[in-house]
Amino acid sequence: MGLLNSLLGWVDERFPLTSTWKQHLSEYYAPKNFNFWYFFGALSLLVLVIQIVSGIFLTMHYKPDAEQAFASVEYIMRDVSWGWLIRYIHSTGASMFFLVVYLHMFRALLYGSYRKPRELLWIVGMLIYMCLMAEAFFGYLLPWGQMSYWGAQVIVNLFAAVPFVGPDLAIWIRGDYVVSDATLNRFFAFHVIAVPLALLGLVAAHLVALHEVGSNNPDGIEIKKKKDPKTGIPLDGIPFHPYYTVKDMFGVTVFLAVFTAIVFFAPEMGGYFLEHNNFVPADPLKTPAHIAPVWYFTPFYSILRAVPPMFGSQFPGVLAMGASVIIMFLLPWLDRSPVKSIRYRGAVYKSALTLFVVVFILLGYLGTEPTNVWGQFGPWLGNADRATVVARIGTVVYFLFFVLMPWYTRIDRTSPEPERVTS
Amino acid sequence: MRVVLLVACLLLPAIASAAGGEVKLDRANVDLRDAVSIQRGAQVFVNHCLGCHSASYMRYNKLLDLGLTEQQVEDNLIFTGAKIGDTMTIAMREEDGKAWFGVAPPDLSVIARSRGADWLYTYLRGFYRDESVATGWNNVVFPNAAMPHVLWQLQGVQRLHTEAAGDHGEAHNKLVLETPGTMSEQAYNGTIRDLVNYLEYMAEPASVKREQLGIIVLMFLGLMAALTWLLKREFWKDVH
Repeated sequence: MGLLNSLLGWVDERFPLTSTWKQHLSEYYAPKNFNFWYFFGALSLLVLVIQIVSGIFLTMHYKPDAEQAFASVEYIMRDVSWGWLIRYIHSTGASMFFLVVYLHMFRALLYGSYRKPRELLWIVGMLIYMCLMAEAFFGYLLPWGQMSYWGAQVIVNLFAAVPFVGPDLAIWIRGDYVVSDATLNRFFAFHVIAVPLALLGLVAAHLVALHEVGSNNPDGIEIKKKKDPKTGIPLDGIPFHPYYTVKDMFGVTVFLAVFTAIVFFAPEMGGYFLEHNNFVPADPLKTPAHIAPVWYFTPFYSILRAVPPMFGSQFPGVLAMGASVIIMFLLPWLDRSPVKSIRYRGAVYKSALTLFVVVFILLGYLGTEPTNVWGQFGPWLGNADRATVVARIGTVVYFLFFVLMPWYTRIDRTSPEPERVTS
Repeated sequence: MRVVLLVACLLLPAIASAAGGEVKLDRANVDLRDAVSIQRGAQVFVNHCLGCHSASYMRYNKLLDLGLTEQQVEDNLIFTGAKIGDTMTIAMREEDGKAWFGVAPPDLSVIARSRGADWLYTYLRGFYRDESVATGWNNVVFPNAAMPHVLWQLQGVQRLHTEAAGDHGEAHNKLVLETPGTMSEQAYNGTIRDLVNYLEYMAEPASVKREQLGIIVLMFLGLMAALTWLLKREFWKDVH
């Protein structure tokens, strides 16, 4: 023990080991009333580690070559020891990453975690989310199946809709006139190094920003306002370690049970995590009848499809899709409610948030299906596809949630926040 | 029981997504634990499919997992002089396939994962004589398929009869056996089920092991969850 202590002393004189440990864990005071929704931040971090570790092992056997990519994935599934397990962990991890991040973001909407003084925390979080989307998009090309190929083709073609520079931009992204070996190689580079590097840096910034301002909580009040006069520790705060580390251990175990249940019993998740058509090798000459992105992109894909072409250009749809993500950055300034937490908000915000969630899920579902999935309306609506009409209404509601927020959060009848956290 | 429930929940989206499609598919009811059925299916596969279709990600020695010996595989299932560790490749070149059939016969290694067992089961039983098509054969689930009915000697020759529609019902298509084959309908269905079972196995040889391992992993995590819950409760006793 004496030897270890003197070693620690030696390190501390040269590197802030003990002080960093204290600052971020043993003396980082988190509100004591975290509930279910507060597991998902730690879980996102866990999935990030899972993806990086499983990704490293996949990279050892995968071939980023249009001629060999599909075969190398099957080689991993069959001939590499435990390759199937690593691959399923990675493919399940991709979907689970989005699931926990969506729940994490929904938590922010519930308790106003993006509000002052956490605006930068929210913005860094949004940047992480955008990196995650890029990471998923680049990674999805790598198995080189039909959906990989045509999904990439569709998304890159969105850039071709940009006025004037579009076609050149699309060629610049692909490195070719169509998605090809050159595209696969550069997407591989982005997927395994460029984006993960940015992701890691942003996650570090996210944590630093969080520990600077302190965690929000289900009551949406600042625990730093009520401190013990002697110690200066927030009265409603408890050290993150050991209290939340042991609590998260339990959360992690339950999460891993769900995760492994998917990996071992339903890795394709009925075609939602691994699409059936992606078991057909990419064929540039054969366009699939129905191209759908993976479920986590489908709300935005629905918005893209919902906007009709204007002036002979698909660009308005592309703009709407981009805006649907970008508008989330503005949340801290759109919300004018005097309270942060859903617990003290009135019926107006509660209804708006419920409607938003319903619409998000509905758009997500519609994005996985062809536009004729619900048939057509009669001649009175010009025989329009029912699903398209619903997606258009959904798109409008989606944007109204944000655009009208300054108004409806102000007129909402809120109740007073408590002085101290409740439970 | 909990595992079964959990699995049932996980499979719900599968059931939901299986709905839809033009032709009603028959259930193949494949069972990957039925090794004998998969062995029979492997025999049908190497005898009838492996001439034109490769399975170039599948190694012959994966058949050993089905309880066969190396000698049995070499004697009964390898006709090409391939070694036991080789993959199931074919001699037919892609250009030739394209020239002869219009499209090169696809590799079947993972066909069960893209098409699904029920589709394959219905497809392989859904060929009928149609003189208007170049091969002389057509198919109810895959109209104008490039593949002729390779197994017609076993199944016999079917014809498609369109039954007149009722007052407001739609016309029904029905396959009628015109000339019986060497197998009864029941025996042929059983053979196709074996073949599809094999295709399902070949698409993911690790799947049985995967589910066995999954049960152990979930039991371990269940235990871990109990322990970590107790640990959490112990630590949180002093938080008020």
